[in-house]
Amino acid sequence: MRAIDTIAGKAYPLGRPNIDTDVIIPAHHLKTITREGLGQFAFETLRAEPGNVFDDPAYAGAPILIAGDNYGCGSSREHAAWAMADMGLQAVIAPSFSDIHAGNAFKNGILTVVLPQDQVDRLLEVAKDQPITIDLENQTVTTPYQDRFTFEIDPFRKDCLLRGLDEIGITLAMDDAIAAHEAKMQRDTPWIEGAARAA
Amino acid sequence: MASTPAPRTLYQKIFDAHVVEQRDDGTALLYIDRHLVHEVTSPQAFDGLAAAGRRVRRPDLTLAVPDHNIPTTARADARGHRLPVADPQSAAQLDALRRNAPAFGIELIDDLAAEQGIVHVVGPEQGFTLPGTTVVCGDSHTASHGALGALGFGIGTSEVEHVLATQTLLLKRSKSLEVRVDGRLGPGVTPKDVALAIVARLTAAGGAGYVAEYTGSVFRDMSIEGRLTVCNMSIEAGARAGLVAPDDKTFAYLKDKPRSPKGADWDRAVAYWRTLASDPGAVYDKVVTIDAATIAPLVTWGTSPDDVVAITGIVPDPAALDDPARRAAAEKSLAYMGLTAGQRMQDVTVDRIFIGSCTNSRIEDLRAAAAVARGRHVAEGVKQALVVPGSGLVKRQAEAEGLDRIFLEAGFEWREPGCSMCLAMNPDKVPAGERCASTSNRNFVGRQGPGSRTHLLSPAMAAAAAVTGKLTDVREFA
Ligand code: SF4
Repeated sequence: MRAIDTIAGKAYPLGRPNIDTDVIIPAHHLKTITREGLGQFAFETLRAEPGNVFDDPAYAGAPILIAGDNYGCGSSREHAAWAMADMGLQAVIAPSFSDIHAGNAFKNGILTVVLPQDQVDRLLEVAKDQPITIDLENQTVTTPYQDRFTFEIDPFRKDCLLRGLDEIGITLAMDDAIAAHEAKMQRDTPWIEGAARAA
Repeated sequence: MASTPAPRTLYQKIFDAHVVEQRDDGTALLYIDRHLVHEVTSPQAFDGLAAAGRRVRRPDLTLAVPDHNIPTTARADARGHRLPVADPQSAAQLDALRRNAPAFGIELIDDLAAEQGIVHVVGPEQGFTLPGTTVVCGDSHTASHGALGALGFGIGTSEVEHVLATQTLLLKRSKSLEVRVDGRLGPGVTPKDVALAIVARLTAAGGAGYVAEYTGSVFRDMSIEGRLTVCNMSIEAGARAGLVAPDDKTFAYLKDKPRSPKGADWDRAVAYWRTLASDPGAVYDKVVTIDAATIAPLVTWGTSPDDVVAITGIVPDPAALDDPARRAAAEKSLAYMGLTAGQRMQDVTVDRIFIGSCTNSRIEDLRAAAAVARGRHVAEGVKQALVVPGSGLVKRQAEAEGLDRIFLEAGFEWREPGCSMCLAMNPDKVPAGERCASTSNRNFVGRQGPGSRTHLLSPAMAAAAAVTGKLTDVREFA
């Protein structure tokens, strides 16, 4: 996973509440075999609306999305996070997120920033023509107009994102403990290892 | 003298035995003994491994079987050559598994193998699933494996990748829930009815955050296949896993299965498995009791698996619900299902019958359905009646018993194993507006195809619906 430190740039000022995972990536795009390539289908139903922020050249390639309450609600499909990552999103700012989706976003290197509604409203205003800066180390969101909002983040997730560590990498670093468990299995419950393949 | 350890539940015992490392934030790194892989939730996980240059830590504890996308019509031509899969996306998912499994050293039971079937039928039947083990799969019905006293639960694709790479998972402990059903089941009441009764009682979200353990005389008396049906539907009540303590029936079921322990290992294993029952005095976070005598043959009327009513009952009236949100949901359900409040369930005519899925596609299910179908015929108005064995081995066993002939003579179709009409990922679908009596586990909007209407019921009741053309009380066939 790529390390995140500062994310600076344009932000899609979407602002709507209850953007569910069906809106992020509709069900008919789930029969894929890769994580890549879903970005072109992201927010398909919103893109069908004239004047939507995603097709506005002013925000093309923006790394940040600003949304309303309850972002990512609905199904647990990880495709939603894959689609967001594939379209280049590195962070989403919203007043609240669905737990599962926030977890999926994190697993795919996307920072979810929770800020109160009034601060999100201010950022939506600024983002119309100015860039936004998210500083993960200092846990701040700033604008060229001297706005400075601080956010909370789980220390484990922060550390992973800052160091570009994925959970698998972290677990792999615990190889000694895993190997010790396997040795114990060999000793105490040898049939678990011995039997998985047909004799 | 050491103090006596606190009494523990079966769930706690299995969890404790698999903790690799307990972390300060309450999560534990849990060792995974068995990993089942199918074609839908694994391609991106293998992709991730390849991209990071990682290998599969324990290919020997991993087993791959295609099931969701695979057509249930003939798979090979007369010369034994594989027939192409028409849907290009399904074909791509099946090909990806066919490529990834050997590339990562994982055993693949592919479409033409006699042992192929639905992962949750194959695992127990192969003796791959064992008591006291942790079993995961990128599929929510992994709860099924709890019937053998294994802690089985579904995981997402990133977790599939995590297990492939590390053979572990980061997990928080669940709360424990005892579901006790004592007494005697009435005539015509099957494990499926017990499962539906439990889901109705707990509601679709009632088990969230819990691992259920099924206790009481009904489960003690129930066959392993019946326990698989009940544990399978734990997730329909929101519980991530469901367990039945292993007993002599479990051991008899597993003895001499292809992958179960042999020789001295078997004796050691059984001695260990006998220690797995919940200790006397173990405390559950929640207890629910149901009197077996109160369970009737059941059927669902709505679009949530807890929308359950006795087959002799009527479609409930949403107006009787106090909660406006629930009333609105029930009204929407009835509109989708094309039913009216007060209508007798037994007057509801059906278009299709589906006997299959990881809930009800084992040999006992097929025997129960065949017993009703024998000497009768699928009713005039029924467009299709499918019987889809859960695995190639189930199919072979059924054919050895002559069940296929009973079904074929009665006008049912006899298919190759797979998920089939349980979900609309392969060619077996229920067309929009049509009504299906189905032995599967989910009656969600569009589950069996866009606009499909599903009534969940037992295999015997599904066969009864096939021969009468409407939802029918199976007790009339006794
Ligand atoms: S039979 Fe149905 S519920 Fe079972 S694994 Fe297949 S799709 Fe899922």
